[in-house]
Order: sequence, then structure tokens, then C-alpha cells
Amino acid sequence: MSAETIEKTIEKKPAEALFSKRRKKLVSDPLVDDNPITIQVLGICSALAVTTQMKPTLVMAISVIFVVVMSNLTISLMRNTIPSRVRIIVQLAVVATLVTLVSEVLKAFAYDMYKELSVFVGLIITNCIVMGRLEAFALGNKPYDSILDGFGSALGYSWIILAVAFFRELWGSGAVFGIPVFEYVSSLFGPDFKLATNGLMVSPVGAFIILGLIIWVQRTKTGYVEH
Amino acid sequence: MDLFNLGIRSIFIDNMVFAYFLGMCSFLAVSKKVSTAIGLGAAVIFVLTVTVPVNWLLNEFVLKEGALSWINGELASVDLSFLRFIMFIAIIAAMVQLVEMVVEKFAPALYGALGIFLPLIAVNCAILGGSLFMAQRDYTLAEASVYGFGSGTGFCLAIVALAAIREKLKYSHVPNGLKGLGITMLLTGLMGLAFMSFMGIDL
Repeated sequence: MSAETIEKTIEKKPAEALFSKRRKKLVSDPLVDDNPITIQVLGICSALAVTTQMKPTLVMAISVIFVVVMSNLTISLMRNTIPSRVRIIVQLAVVATLVTLVSEVLKAFAYDMYKELSVFVGLIITNCIVMGRLEAFALGNKPYDSILDGFGSALGYSWIILAVAFFRELWGSGAVFGIPVFEYVSSLFGPDFKLATNGLMVSPVGAFIILGLIIWVQRTKTGYVEH
Repeated sequence: MDLFNLGIRSIFIDNMVFAYFLGMCSFLAVSKKVSTAIGLGAAVIFVLTVTVPVNWLLNEFVLKEGALSWINGELASVDLSFLRFIMFIAIIAAMVQLVEMVVEKFAPALYGALGIFLPLIAVNCAILGGSLFMAQRDYTLAEASVYGFGSGTGFCLAIVALAAIREKLKYSHVPNGLKGLGITMLLTGLMGLAFMSFMGIDL
């Protein structure tokens, strides 16, 4: 046992492969087994409100990926110089700067999207996933690992909100990415046939219920039980 | 009377949790017991009532386009609104720190009850959301104060109600995968449905 571990540490000494098993795990773990939304209950705050349609959700997901990865990198680079007593303020400053950057870019190049997301871009600052990853990972790990970790968590978050948005847009407005799927499908069955949409899905209530059901399915699959 | 309507609206109709999904993290994490939920709710009311008007002053006299004209006519064209996020969050973090110190000094009993929640609140989306909505909707100072208090009360109401339901829920048989977060999300959905009935109130 001990000989084995020694061997392992010696083996590890030369530079670790760019995509070693451990690093792949950093990215893949948060996707399903340790998903930030369904298992860790983080980052539900600002995200659900944008999931009435796929398009703003995609923009939101990309923004969150950018902010999490960049803030993880920045904090990880500064991790040895930040006094632990003021670390929350430092983290907030870094995150707020990155979010301002995202918001200004959206304002300049996608003004409609900026209007539609309104305050929710700003609320990425208080997204618990961002702060959670900074606290739990970036403060104690090397930059490259932190980037991978942030990317994995943000990706885990993104696919869940995209899934919620898919069902809400499909059943709520009968479309996917703005393409009227329901209209097309009903036209196949003659003029009298019409697939109905449900207004409940567009309202906040729909988001809670869809997310609850996704969590149920996902946890049944992974076998995770909360006590 | 308008202010009163705004208060009612921010508590029930534009409820932070059910209408805007704000403060969900702490809403889900701290709603297992009614007593702790009341503690967090009170802290949120307190902090929102203080930070929204303070951020209003900041927005009105420093950040808004042309806000700096009170110093000097030449500064009237300066628009600092891109600094909004970072300034708001700085004010919130500072106010929370200040409130924590004041409460610790003058009301140790209250500090014992609220103490652990106060640092949590700095990163509560409901607090920053309150300030951002205030800036977006161009409230006056009085409206901003009422809005801060009202949305805090709305959050408090929601979290205490959910905690009460979850305390009862402990004794029910819930399917394994649905235990904890899953059933709580569904419950929140149902509570949101109930709160939607307030939309019928004509204000």
C-alpha cells in the first residue's frame, strides 16, 4: 500500500498531463454526479427568471461560463496574496468587474438581449455558484485546475437551465429557439388540429415545477438521496 | 396612498421569491426550521430597508447620467452608470458589515439570533436585486424606502411560510429522489400559484 503511494507521488512529480484523469474528473463531475443545481442547490437565484425562452437562457449560460472561468482564474492567480479576512470583498470586486464587462459587451453588441435580461445579468454577481467555486476551489488550487473546475461547474449549471428553458418554451409558447414547432406540427394534421400551449409554463410557477421534476429524474438516476 | 400601494405590490404581487426567483439560495438552504427562517427573514428586511435608500442616494448623486452636475456644471455630461454593479455590491457589503458591528455592540441578543445570517446576506441575490430594480424603475427616495421594506417583508413571509410547511413535511413519505430539494421546488411552485391570485388585486 505505502510503496504504491510512494511510487505514485514519484510518478506524479513530472508535469501532469494536460488532460489527466483527475483533470477530466474536475470537468465531468459537476455535470451529473455533483451538479451545482440539482445536487449542491447553488445558483438557482438569478437563473430561473430568464428561462422562459431558449435564446436569453443561452446568452445567460455563456455569460455565467465566462464569469466563473475568469473569476476562478483571477482569484487563483492572486490566492497567495489575498488576506483571508477581506477575501469576500476581493472576490466580490473581481466578480463585479467581470460582470460589468459582460453587461457592457451585451449593451454594445446585443442591445435587445441586454434589455430582455435586464437586472439578471447584474445578478450573476450574487450567483452562488461563482462565489461557491471561488471559496471552495480557486482559493486553494493552481490556475489551470481552477479554470477546469469553473468550466465544469458552469457547464453543469448551463445544461440544467437550458433543459428547463427547452420545456418551458416548448410547452409555454410552442417553440424552440423561436422556431414555432407546435404550429408546424399541427399543420401536418390538417387545419382543424391545434396543439395547445400552456400559460402556466411561462409563469414562474412553471419554472419551479419543471426544475422540481428534472431534479427528481436526475436524482433517481444518480441514486442521490438527501436526508 | 401610492406609497401604500407600492408596499402591498412589492410584498404580494412582485414577491421577490415567487415572481423574480431572487434569494432562492438562502430561501432553500435556510428554510428547514421556522425559528431560523424568521431570523434570516428579519435580517433581510433590515438590510434591504437600509441598502435600497442608500443605493438610491448613490445612484442619484454619483452614478446616474448627469448626476454629478451638483458639483460642477462641467461634470453634467459624465455617465458613471457602468459602475453600478460594483458600487452597489460594495455598498451592500459595507452596510452589512456596519449593521453587523452595530448590532453586535448594542443588541447582543439580536446578534446571537441574526449573527450567522448577516455575512450570508451580502451575497443574497434579493438584496442586490432590490437595488437594481430600484435603479431600473426610477423610484423616488420615498418609493425606494417603501420598496426596500416591502420586498424584504415579502421575502420574509415566503421563507417563514415555506419553513412551516417543511417542518410538517418531515413526517411524510416522500419518494427518495424527490426528498429535500425536489419536493421543496414543487412546493415553491404551488406557493407561487397561490401568490398569483394576488395579481387580481387592482391597485
